[in-house]
Amino acid sequence: MTAGVLALVLCVLCFAGFWLGRQEAVRIRSGGVQPHSLPSYYGSYVALVCGIPASLALLIWISAADSLVRQFVIAGLPDHLSALPEGDLALLLTDVRNMAYGRVPLNTARPEIVGAVEHYLRLGEISRWLMWLVVLALAIGGLLLGRRMVSAEFRARNAVEQILNILLIASSTVAVLTTIAIVLSLIFEALRFFAKVPVTEFLFGLTWSPQTALRAEQVGASGAFGAVPLITGTMLISVIAMLVAVPTGLMAAVYMSEFMPGRLRAVVKPVLEILAGIPTVVYGFFAALTVAPLVRDAGMAIGLNVASQSALAAGVVMGIMIIPFVSSLSDDVLNAVPNSLREGSYGLGATQAETIKLVLLPAALPGIVASVILAFSRALGETMIVVMAAGLAANITINPLDAVTTVTVHIAALLVGDQEFDSAKTLSAFALGLLLFVVTLTLNVIAQRVVKKYREQYE
Amino acid sequence: MMQPLHAPPNEAGVSALPRRVAESMMPTEERIGSRHTDAAAEARLRARYAAQRRFKAYGVLAIGVAIGALLWLLITLLSNGVTAFVQTNLRLAITFDPAVVDPQGNQSPESLAQGDFGRVIRDALRQRFPDAQGRVAVRNLLALLSSGAEFELRDRVIADPSMIGTTQPVWVLASSDVDMFRKGFFEKAADGGAGGRLNAQQVAWIEELAASGDLALQWNRLFFKAGDSRDPELVGVLGGVLGSFFTLFVCLVLAFPFGVAAAIYLEEFAPKNRFTDIIEVNINNLAAVPSIIFGLLGLAVFLNFFGMPRSAPLVGGIVLALMSLPTIIIASRAALRAVPPSIREAAYGLGASKMQVVLHHVLPLGLPGMLTGSIIAMAQALGETAPLLMIGMVAFIVDIPQGLTSSATALPVQIFMWADNPERGFVEKTSAAIIVLLAFLLTMNAIAIFLRKKFERRW
Repeated sequence: MTAGVLALVLCVLCFAGFWLGRQEAVRIRSGGVQPHSLPSYYGSYVALVCGIPASLALLIWISAADSLVRQFVIAGLPDHLSALPEGDLALLLTDVRNMAYGRVPLNTARPEIVGAVEHYLRLGEISRWLMWLVVLALAIGGLLLGRRMVSAEFRARNAVEQILNILLIASSTVAVLTTIAIVLSLIFEALRFFAKVPVTEFLFGLTWSPQTALRAEQVGASGAFGAVPLITGTMLISVIAMLVAVPTGLMAAVYMSEFMPGRLRAVVKPVLEILAGIPTVVYGFFAALTVAPLVRDAGMAIGLNVASQSALAAGVVMGIMIIPFVSSLSDDVLNAVPNSLREGSYGLGATQAETIKLVLLPAALPGIVASVILAFSRALGETMIVVMAAGLAANITINPLDAVTTVTVHIAALLVGDQEFDSAKTLSAFALGLLLFVVTLTLNVIAQRVVKKYREQYE
Repeated sequence: MMQPLHAPPNEAGVSALPRRVAESMMPTEERIGSRHTDAAAEARLRARYAAQRRFKAYGVLAIGVAIGALLWLLITLLSNGVTAFVQTNLRLAITFDPAVVDPQGNQSPESLAQGDFGRVIRDALRQRFPDAQGRVAVRNLLALLSSGAEFELRDRVIADPSMIGTTQPVWVLASSDVDMFRKGFFEKAADGGAGGRLNAQQVAWIEELAASGDLALQWNRLFFKAGDSRDPELVGVLGGVLGSFFTLFVCLVLAFPFGVAAAIYLEEFAPKNRFTDIIEVNINNLAAVPSIIFGLLGLAVFLNFFGMPRSAPLVGGIVLALMSLPTIIIASRAALRAVPPSIREAAYGLGASKMQVVLHHVLPLGLPGMLTGSIIAMAQALGETAPLLMIGMVAFIVDIPQGLTSSATALPVQIFMWADNPERGFVEKTSAAIIVLLAFLLTMNAIAIFLRKKFERRW
């Protein structure tokens, strides 16, 4: 929390800087010389020069200090401890940290650990002092420097605008940095996984049972990492969802855009969009509580053997969730078809239904295809519904009444709870994540291409 | 389904002469029976109109299915959850024996904290039903009480020590099974028991209490002021709500400034070049990345690389901020685009710099639209569960979170965890938590719509 206090102090200093700079500019003006910019620009300049370098330093400290202290503590350990394998070392450091914060009593520990704890505490103290020193020095230095710059000739407005421009550019790159971070973290961890399990086994293996044993000599110690059952399961559930969502969404969109009077449409469209606004965890609960038992009972009643966590239940509920994705996008596309096409078709004596089927839908087809692709990519990446309603049974089947599992279910199952980051089990989640990311990204790019091509037709 | 637009000319109508000439030479009856009016044509027309009606019916059906699914979902949740806002309590004549509840005899909170309130409640219940003899019967009798009843009673006595030494009728919390029976979720079995959890004798006791008015549903205060618990009658949503609040706070503080700044840059300043193209494509693609991938990013980057604390709203907020950034950028750009160019030109005409035009004129006019978009993005983030699972916000946490770095869970994650419990009492509480979540979402969306209506301007 000391970082929070420092951030507050920094804010106060910035306000002080603003006030000082502005005051100085006002003083210059009352001396009869007209400064280049308005006084508040001088104030803003001083505040920015005071605040930006200092807050950058603070951010860097927050993100780096902890791992740096760790490195120093490891370096300070006696040789037989620092030579431990990575996992044990991490455990040891967690112990050290817990003792340092007083969560675990110190007196039970070995002397070299006590030494490490003291080292850790001392380093933490030093790092906190350094942080205060550096940040405050930067802030006050910036404040004094900015304050000295204030003069009648100084072009404060231009300087401030330049700084703001840089800040704006920096903010717009956050999205790019996020993508890079996603790609790098997925690839990095996935590569560690592929060092243990070959890519071909992952992509083409037919068994998925990531339960690696605790000790190497136990039976089944290796685990099996063939993603095919997860991929087929994901496809099965997504296809069921699309079978529900595409006809319903498309017919709803057609009816709304072509037959419904405007005022009714203004009510119905938002009501349908509520379906997309309901959190997926709610759908998951609904699927597990209501739909799955209903499907099972209905199947039993006609003599079918239905798994209690059937793909059908999860798929149908997911389809309901996706309806508005299809209907809203398709509705927009249908509305974008020029009226002349409709009128031409009516002029030839076609009924409304014939016009829609033979003229409007073909004309809107690229956009509809794009919306279906987007909805499909959405279905592939959906997590909570399948986590709660589909279960973990990795079967290869196309029978919708069987239990299947999906890629997202296993990502969640592998990473919830305690993890050790050097086991193939945990790392396999990142390989699955990379697979999911690549597939959804590809689908998204295809959808964008299709839309782009379509747009050129009428403009 | 498909009707040919142009019915093929029937054999009789084929003629070498132009049709009108041919018709004028026919007898009158024959002319009426041309290929446009004969019986076959009428049948064709009827079929086409029937197809039109069918087509419209499909549309109505599709919309009906979608709205029906929505209503089914909401009604299921309401009917399951609305009863959780009241909880069954028992009225017992409790004797507050000073020797038991106040071991130090000074009525101080410390002394009362050591008092055995469980014993006075148990004694009162056994006095009420002296027929319960033997270990099994007594255990069954005491199973009617909630394990949390004594703590609630203790808090009440600490607030009002004058109760000590008296005998008073006091309402204490009943166990979840009693609660479920009282609310009618347990059906009575043939042997007089109920729901497989209560035996005949317990049901008889409950009915006796109910007959004398000592069993009643009262407003469930605990649900709004408690955290998680193992017992369904003791759970509350406050922990989840506050966890969600802290998470969304971090999310908004990060995503809104960066999102707006990025939108301003891309919409007002960005030159059209490769760099900005990349940013734009990137933002669109980022918006379609499955949310669980952001969870993987948070785990790999913030937890493992930067060593931030697990289960903390701070990390949850950062991850959700990255996730909602594209939504906010896209909405903010639309808001900026809606500000007419005349405003900008007028400001330029008065000699404003580009930055002044944007910050003093365009931004204030676009701000309501940006706020609306941001609130909708926050509503999405509020319902998001999967990324929070990845960063460890799924844990059994009884304490109410105190700040950004304390261990916490979020409301949707709380729902996910309760949904895993097979007990009937948890089904009710899960549904109630969903009702609370949907109420928050509804409020946020209502605020967004209100803002849009209030500040909407037609230029």
